[in-house]
Amino acid sequence: MNDQNKKQLLINKLQGWLADSAILSSEEELRPYECDGLSAYRELPLLVVLPETIEQVQAIIRLCASLEIPVVARGAGTGLSGGALPLSNGVLLSLAKFNRILDIDQLNRTARVQPGVRNLAISEAAAPYGLYYAPDPSSQIACSIGGNVAENSGGVHCLKYGLTVHNVQQLKVVTIGGDVLTIGGSGFDSAGYDLLALMCGSEGMLVVIVEITVKLLPKPEYAQLVMAAFDDVAKAGQAVGGIIAAGIVPAGLEMMDNPAIRASEAFVNAGYPTSAAAILLCELDGARAEVQQQIQKVQELLRHSGATSLRVSSNDAERELLWKGRKAAFPAVGRLAPDYYCMDGTIPRHQLPYVLQRISELSGEFRLQVANVFHAGDGNLHPLILYDANKEGELQKVEQLGGKILELCVEAGGTITGEHGVGVEKINQMCVQFSPLALRQFHAVKQVFDEKQLLNPGKAVPTLHRCAELGAMHVHGGKLPFPELERF
Amino acid sequence: MSDLTEQLQAQVQHALQARTPLVIQGGGSKSFYGNACEGSVLSVREHRGIVEYEPEELVITARAGTSLMEIETTLARHGQMLLFEPPHFGETATLGGAIACGFSGPRRPFAGSARDFVLGCKILTGKGEVIEFGGRVIKNVAGYDVPRLMAGALGTLGVILEVSLKVLPSPEAEVTLAMPAHINEAIDIMNARAGQPLPLSAAVYDGEAVVMRLSGAVQGVSAARKKIAGDELKQGPAFWQQIKEQRHFFFDDDIPLWRLSLAPATLHLGLPGSWLFDWGGALRWLKTDATPHDVRDAVAAEGGHATLFKYKEYWEQREPYCVFHPLPPALMAIHQKLKTAFDPEKILNRHRLYEDKF
Ligand SMILES: Cc1cc2nc3c(=O)[nH]c(=O)nc-3n(C[C@H](O)[C@H](O)[C@H](O)COP(=O)(O)OP(=O)(O)OC[C@H]3O[C@@H](n4cnc5c(N)ncnc54)[C@H](O)[C@@H]3O)c2cc1C
Repeated sequence: MNDQNKKQLLINKLQGWLADSAILSSEEELRPYECDGLSAYRELPLLVVLPETIEQVQAIIRLCASLEIPVVARGAGTGLSGGALPLSNGVLLSLAKFNRILDIDQLNRTARVQPGVRNLAISEAAAPYGLYYAPDPSSQIACSIGGNVAENSGGVHCLKYGLTVHNVQQLKVVTIGGDVLTIGGSGFDSAGYDLLALMCGSEGMLVVIVEITVKLLPKPEYAQLVMAAFDDVAKAGQAVGGIIAAGIVPAGLEMMDNPAIRASEAFVNAGYPTSAAAILLCELDGARAEVQQQIQKVQELLRHSGATSLRVSSNDAERELLWKGRKAAFPAVGRLAPDYYCMDGTIPRHQLPYVLQRISELSGEFRLQVANVFHAGDGNLHPLILYDANKEGELQKVEQLGGKILELCVEAGGTITGEHGVGVEKINQMCVQFSPLALRQFHAVKQVFDEKQLLNPGKAVPTLHRCAELGAMHVHGGKLPFPELERF
Repeated sequence: MSDLTEQLQAQVQHALQARTPLVIQGGGSKSFYGNACEGSVLSVREHRGIVEYEPEELVITARAGTSLMEIETTLARHGQMLLFEPPHFGETATLGGAIACGFSGPRRPFAGSARDFVLGCKILTGKGEVIEFGGRVIKNVAGYDVPRLMAGALGTLGVILEVSLKVLPSPEAEVTLAMPAHINEAIDIMNARAGQPLPLSAAVYDGEAVVMRLSGAVQGVSAARKKIAGDELKQGPAFWQQIKEQRHFFFDDDIPLWRLSLAPATLHLGLPGSWLFDWGGALRWLKTDATPHDVRDAVAAEGGHATLFKYKEYWEQREPYCVFHPLPPALMAIHQKLKTAFDPEKILNRHRLYEDKF
């Protein structure tokens, strides 16, 4: 059966359980789904389906599995690694209609929600109870909690409050066999293996998530932010180490370099010092007296590290304004050029001066401007490469530069992705970061859940064959390690 | 400080060829835990040493046989700690054992569990392969989260050779407060407090009083101290040590000891026996002669699970492999396939987690 026949067969069957409006098949209808937040990669799926009940999801998956049609789950499509990029021979399963908050349990401090619920909507619903959901990706007004779990997303408050994996308590998932499984327990752990950890960050490759119970935290009584300017990026980096060495765990600790500062300032007018080489934003939260004490201490440390100016938020409005510049950094930088490409490596913090220096050299070599935004507390660096996709060959250049930056992160002892996931984007660099044995073990894990490779196939984990072709595998003594390995 | 990777690998490869099971052993301090397993001992204890520790990076990497004590002392010298407060259950406790068992101390509900702090690991699979997963940085989403999967897997997916953990500064100040309470009020008190913005770091009900700990900066702790009723317990640190290490008098008997994991605010269960609540109510220790069936029914009705933790001989003789809560068939099938993916011949800690296929 060719793809067109499969498509027709699918439509016929799906019409039995889904309203016509929940099956999109014409080109105009499919177009909005052709990419996620990484618009450099585009593909039209066979079909888009928009189920609204778990039974519908089960039925769709069973049908696709029986026809061996791949399924790509999609939340809000804000992902930055092409995780939700459709497959031309596959169904795009949108969870957008799963947008209900099912329950807020005040005493247990949990929210049970559907996967399509927006990240920020959870905190909004919990606010009347004095509670909130801690992980706060900058995309939180748009991204879905299902996508957050699938990517194990982070946010500016992750140093203190953890990533998605630390804030999820239970999942309901649909397997490729169409079974519904409950993963995790009503308490803090469950019997058997920690499958909950395995699901977080699995990029839609193992299961489709249809319900999520997240942990809620009491809203801190008080929060205050210090902004420090530096005339040297390395000094700002050292200041971060100094704060942590002093035993302080800020609620957020972010850094931006000069191009990022200028772009954000022009975009939101937060009052950032546009001549600074770097700024640090350091937020402290807790009891009022505690925050005030720590703010003093942090200011001293920052001054000691050579900050050229300090500004302390005097109220929540000012604090939020200072954050707004940071949270809008991507779109702000996006205004400097027709297109931007966001990287996402993590490095040991002490490597920051070296890595920034190398990035600036590479930027010169490739003649592409780079602005840097940095979750400094946890070492997660977002170089944003500016370019113009309409210029012949420029995207290829960007991808090469991006690849080099990721390899630099690995060389510095870090990783190719701190929070955005591998998707299709960083799949080649997986060959650099992981040994063939590790990659083979990842494939074995995939096989456990999805023997026929139908859930988001081809993403996140490269085949060993691909790595061998790229020549990126670590080769010892002229021999390919483990020549006996099967080549997926 | 010695790296025994090659010897351990050779031992596993040998066992793999001979298809003889291995019992992985660190310091033996937690050998009481889990189902009985048979085989020859694979000792990881001498595979020891801190490989990398940069306090400012908030990450420590050490070999599995490194003693927990050594790790904690090293961290303490730099004002840092393992925030999940791993119970040692003996002086010989090793890092590998702590992660393989996945135990966390009283700070868990407020700071996170053992698995939460795992960033990377090197394992020796049942296929005799040495593989590294994860990394030595705080944020890393490349590849499936195999390192966290190892936490609590009891060595059944691989011998843990090396682990990288996130560490954090130790709190500047701590205060312990005790307030006498009846068992029926304890759950409410603990959960009402946990819903407020207080620097709580532990909440226990020991049968007589709700005992809570506040941790953080000096000002924060003293501000919170004023908001909570209760008398300061001068021997606070000793009390938490007793709770964490099960040396509190509650743990003195040899009646079967059950570990119940439940949503923290779950109403007090009507099972016979005596109780100690930890983790603000999410972890309930129960000493009881009730049957495993009865205990598990009551817990499962609340969406939780029950582990026969200690003094399990009586039930093990009658119902072999009854330590862990049975899994629904679909989940069990996934567990078995995962086991096969990492240890196809089932040579590592066979039966320790579940019978037959494990
Ligand atoms: C301006 C901007 C700022 C951003 N800032 C941050 C940030 O600060 N931190 C951060 O971590 N990320 C950030 N991101 C990236 C992105 O928002 C996150 O990765 C987010 O979690 C994606 O959610 P989504 O709902 O859009 O998922 P999608 O893009 O729709 O999907 C992402 C992946 O999850 C899978 N998936 C989605 N839903 C499900 C489900 N229910 N079941 C199984 N698999 C599923 C998809 O198949 C895909 O692989 C940012 C993005 C933008 C555009």
